[in-house]
Amino acid sequence: MINVPTILWIDEEGRIARPNDVAFGSNDFKEMTGIDSELHLERLRAWVRGEGPAMTPEETRAVQTLPTAAEQEARAEFTLAWWLSQRGHAEDAESHYVRAGELAPHDFTIRRGSMLIRGLDPMGEDFMKIVNEWTEAGNAFYRPIEPVSAS
Amino acid sequence: MSATLTLLHDGRSDEFAGADPARPAISPEDLEVALGWELQPEGLCQGPMCVPVDQDALVGDGGLDLGVFADALQRPLVTDEKHDVAALGASHHDRGEALASLQAPDFTLPDLDGNPHSLSDQRGKKVLLVAYASW
Repeated sequence: MINVPTILWIDEEGRIARPNDVAFGSNDFKEMTGIDSELHLERLRAWVRGEGPAMTPEETRAVQTLPTAAEQEARAEFTLAWWLSQRGHAEDAESHYVRAGELAPHDFTIRRGSMLIRGLDPMGEDFMKIVNEWTEAGNAFYRPIEPVSAS
Repeated sequence: MSATLTLLHDGRSDEFAGADPARPAISPEDLEVALGWELQPEGLCQGPMCVPVDQDALVGDGGLDLGVFADALQRPLVTDEKHDVAALGASHHDRGEALASLQAPDFTLPDLDGNPHSLSDQRGKKVLLVAYASW
């Protein structure tokens, strides 16, 4: 998981029937995100009612994003930073938070998720700064597994 | 200089006395008890599975070098020497293999009243898992 919201379908046998994807529960943020929540909700309702398919294992694996070595190192840095923060060593934690973000710049669960404990604003200017840097470099903030453009 | 090393791994933390924070190392006994790996002539072994390792590099005066151990298992090891703490992450290879198996890993989280709920409790039902944040 590298951002929120993230959804995941799991079938009756505990098998992943749709991998991590971007989906909203309503269209409250549609203008901002460009993601129409109804597209996912329609598929979800159909799957739950037995009227529509989940993904096949082959389709699921084809769109899964598997973790890289750098992402796993970023998570280890985040673990270390969080441990230090929780014990009152915020200043010493900072370099580990920064390193985690450098290793996985697309992982906003790390970059945004660490902001509050670092004294940064996860809803304001500090957040917008990293998002703008990311998107102005040609990267998408939300990365759905298939087109979900708003009409 | 030796100190007590705190090792964060697999969702828990363990402490090992006498470790050099500049070169984290633990005893073979601690490796087996805390991390579930045993040093054998074939390499690092966990049950019937063994991973080759450069034993000359692994074994030193202070014990088994955790950096060499981590490299052999493709697990990230990051350290903070000032606080004598290290974090041993999960291997991207193992995580990728687990995800590609498509079997959702079980987990347990509390509800708002503190009652624990496990994913496996929902077996037999379709589950929509939603991760969100209020930041």
